[in-house]
Amino acid sequence: MRAEPKAQEASVGAPPDSIEGQIEAWRAYLSKGGAVSSPDAEELEDHLREQIERLRSKGLSPDEAFLVAVKRIGAIDAITREYAREHSERLWKQLVLSGNGSNRSGSSASEESRSTWVALTLAFAAAAAMKAPALFGIEFSMDEAFYPLNATFLVFPFVAAYFAWERGLPRLRSIELAGALVAAALLVNAFPFSDAPGAQTRFLTVIHLPIALWLFVGVAYVGGGWSSSGRRMDFIRFTGELFIYFVLIALGGGVLIALVIGLFQAIGVEAEPFVESWLAPCGAAGAAVIASWLVEAKQSVIENIAPVLARIFAPLFTLMLLAFIATMAWTGQGIDVGREILIAFDLLLVVVFGLLLYSVSARDPLASPGLLDWIHLTLVVSALLLDALALWAIGARISDFGFTANRVAALGLNLVLLVNLARSALVYVGFLRGTVAFSQLWEWQTSYLQVFVIWAAIVAFAFPVLFRFS
Amino acid sequence: MNINKDLVAASSTPLVLAILAEEDSYGYAILSRVRDLSGGELEWTDGMLYPILHRLERFGLITSRWERSESGRRRKYYRLTATGRGQLLDEQRQWLTVDQTLRRLWSTLSESTDGAGLSPLPDAS
Repeated sequence: MRAEPKAQEASVGAPPDSIEGQIEAWRAYLSKGGAVSSPDAEELEDHLREQIERLRSKGLSPDEAFLVAVKRIGAIDAITREYAREHSERLWKQLVLSGNGSNRSGSSASEESRSTWVALTLAFAAAAAMKAPALFGIEFSMDEAFYPLNATFLVFPFVAAYFAWERGLPRLRSIELAGALVAAALLVNAFPFSDAPGAQTRFLTVIHLPIALWLFVGVAYVGGGWSSSGRRMDFIRFTGELFIYFVLIALGGGVLIALVIGLFQAIGVEAEPFVESWLAPCGAAGAAVIASWLVEAKQSVIENIAPVLARIFAPLFTLMLLAFIATMAWTGQGIDVGREILIAFDLLLVVVFGLLLYSVSARDPLASPGLLDWIHLTLVVSALLLDALALWAIGARISDFGFTANRVAALGLNLVLLVNLARSALVYVGFLRGTVAFSQLWEWQTSYLQVFVIWAAIVAFAFPVLFRFS
Repeated sequence: MNINKDLVAASSTPLVLAILAEEDSYGYAILSRVRDLSGGELEWTDGMLYPILHRLERFGLITSRWERSESGRRRKYYRLTATGRGQLLDEQRQWLTVDQTLRRLWSTLSESTDGAGLSPLPDAS
């Protein structure tokens, strides 16, 4: 709990040190935790005002009356705890579908239900788009060339459209986004990818395309305000939450699919073809939109999960890395340079980067350095150390490897992450020594987003050309 | 005199129900009434009354409605329901039983110890 609000924090309207201003601040503080709903606060305010009037009629000054009345009504922490006990459902916030009892500030019930309908419509549209290629004789299959390359183009536009609508994106900007998406789709489909065994560029494009195109969702999400680092940080938070919601929905979808197959089998009907070519792809497409909407709807209502996970796992990963380094030093065993070594270290850096990013995203930038910050720094530094050792080992044998598209992509990702983490470590050291503000780390991470997107775009669009589509 | 917190909590339901049995009322008035009746001995933290009212409402013992007060502010009034009236009678029986039991004990105590430490009780009537 924070300290009692000062009168200066009162919202606009009344001069802060007047009685009105103090009552406003008191009420704002009361409503903060979410346990006291707005009608409840009104009821308590009525009580407070009547008490103040009584006390003033007995000759107290306004300030004295306010103080005594607030004292009589009780400590806000204790009151809100009592309210939370009585109204426990308010802390387990309802997820909007019913729309009742919601007291999110700033949006009315009708706005909320409209947003629900837009999201549902777009989810169905995404599901339909997923099957639209069937009109041209292309059946859904992740084994053929078409869907892995184009699934992104069939889903992302609807997620972007939802945010374009929600944020009121200017029409010109929407047209630009749509145009760029269409151009990208035409380009990758025009690429004459080689189907020879060992050809790598198609696969590289398939896995880098979603990262590059995520930028379009990002632009829609921030409502065109891409230059604001705060908005970009919001987008990072959104991405983490979206991932978690999508996984949760996918788990539910898995149960649904298992039941569908099992039940229809009981009456002798083979449901698998339907599940594979309809339920799974359409469900996934719809789920992407629904998950985006859920994140948007419950944002600021429940604590974000991604940072919580990051906080739980950052110390554990730090311990794991330290143990690994200690074992390496103890046994004197060098890193064994196998084929997959770069990929393994890329994954390590991605995980460390994710832990750092989501811990940073939820940290109060004004808080002074604490234990968790030291853990993060240790985590980053030990990951950097390991990666440097791995790169050293690989560099020594680079001539044996040769530069295939896969290796260049893996090496590039490694360098991109290495630069990010190295700079983060430097900023962190500065912060822990008290010479740099924590917000520098925010700035660095949010501006580095572009580097990821650019790198993904290079691999997705330029690599096929550079490596002659092999 | 400081009345035990548990006792204050336990007596809150019959007190609120009984006050509302007289007439519909709102938070501040209920508290003033308790204060007057107890001669200021029964002190509640004002804010704690409202969660109690909300709980009683959830159990269907009272209902609430918003009205405009003479000062122009919106004010929430509470009214006793039929279930609440039944509950009040039940509470009344329980409290009377406790009261009678204790009175009997007090009186035997004051007879046997000849009032050592215990003041004579006012008449039960």
